Formats: sequence, structure tokens, C-alpha cells
Amino acid sequence: MSGGVTAALLVLGSGFMLVAGLAMLRMPDLFTRMSANTKAATLGGGLLLIAVTVHFAEVSVGLRALVTVLFIFLTSPVAAHMIGRAAYFVGVPLWKGTLVDELRGRYDPHTHVLRSSLEVPGEAGGQGDGQESNPQRGQGS
Amino acid sequence: MPLDIFSPTHWGLLMLAMGIVLALLRLLRGPTLPDRVVALDLIGLQVMGASLVYAVDQEQAFFMDVAIVVAVVSFMGTVAFARYLERRARP
Repeated sequence: MSGGVTAALLVLGSGFMLVAGLAMLRMPDLFTRMSANTKAATLGGGLLLIAVTVHFAEVSVGLRALVTVLFIFLTSPVAAHMIGRAAYFVGVPLWKGTLVDELRGRYDPHTHVLRSSLEVPGEAGGQGDGQESNPQRGQGS
Repeated sequence: MPLDIFSPTHWGLLMLAMGIVLALLRLLRGPTLPDRVVALDLIGLQVMGASLVYAVDQEQAFFMDVAIVVAVVSFMGTVAFARYLERRARP
């Protein structure tokens, strides 16, 4: 019983890792690749840790697995966010089929000022109070 | 160890090895530096998974500590690379 559950979790987790590697090779863009990394690989790692817990069935192993799962689930989005932010600022090209780029026109590469979506993109100071109609928002999605 | 076709840990290790090879191809090919950093992050997670599967395969629980250390070092490396890239982007 426990062996079957362990085997299924092991193969499933390793399969998710393999899918993440395949997506890392085949996806067209850095940001789509990063989504594969931060979702499929995190899920695979969690499944493998559950498999180890079910296999050994000890309190010490389970506690270490719990701490590792918490660590991975907390740090993987943080790392992906930092890499994506740095890559966008460096100027990594987006895929040509990208539909929504909400940062376009709001980030100034010379002064490194990032305006929010409530401000009008054309103005220098951007002291809009958010009540006026914004031509950039509302037309997408 | 000889490959056993009925052992799930061997299948797991095989799939993890293939995933590491695919990510390694992206690491070698990657057009920009962030591509390589993301591929290296994925390789860290896959090595962590391989050490977990090896712990089940060898019936020894202390390989979990290897997995924890690999996860921590991989996260630290990714954050350091991101800080370095962003600092280089704004001189």
C-alpha cells in the first residue's frame, strides 16, 4: 500500500521535473520559461518530498520535508520575481506573440522611474489623482 | 547499480536525468544571461529532486539534508544573480 503510493508520487514528481526541463528547452521566451520553472518544478519538488515522507514514515523526516516544502514554496516565487524584474529592466526581448505588456511605456530606461497604472503615461510628473479617465486602462481584456 | 525496469526510483532518476540534460541544453544555448540563470535555478531544483529519489532508493534518510542544502544554495545563487543583473542595468 505505502509502496504503491510512494512509487506513484515518485514517478509523478519526476515527470513534472521532466516536463519543466522540456518547457525550459522548448518555450519561446524567457518569461514563459520562467513560469514553467516556477510552477512545474515547484510542484514536482513538493510531490517528491511527500513521497519521501510517505516512504520513511518518521517524524524527523516529515518535519524536514515540511520545512523544505515551505522553503521552496516561499522562495520560488521570490526568485522568479527578482529574475523577471531584472530581465525586464535589462531588456530581454519578449515573445512576438505576447498580448499584454502592462509595463510598456511606464518604465523609463534612463531615469529608472516606474509609473503606476493610475498615472497617465505621457506626463512627466504624473500627479494624476486616479479619478480622471485613463486612456491606457480599460481597453485591454 | 544496474537499471531495474520495474523500480520506480530508477524511473524517477532516469526522468530527472533527462530533465537535467534538457535544462543543460538551455543553459548552453540561452541567448541572454537571465535565460542561463533561470536554467541554473531549474537544474538546482532537479538536483534536489534527484537526491530525494536517491534517498528513497538507498533507504537512507540523511540524503534529505543534501536536498535542503541544495535548495538553499540554489535560491541564494538566483537572488545574487538577480541583484547583480539589476545593479549592472543601472550604473
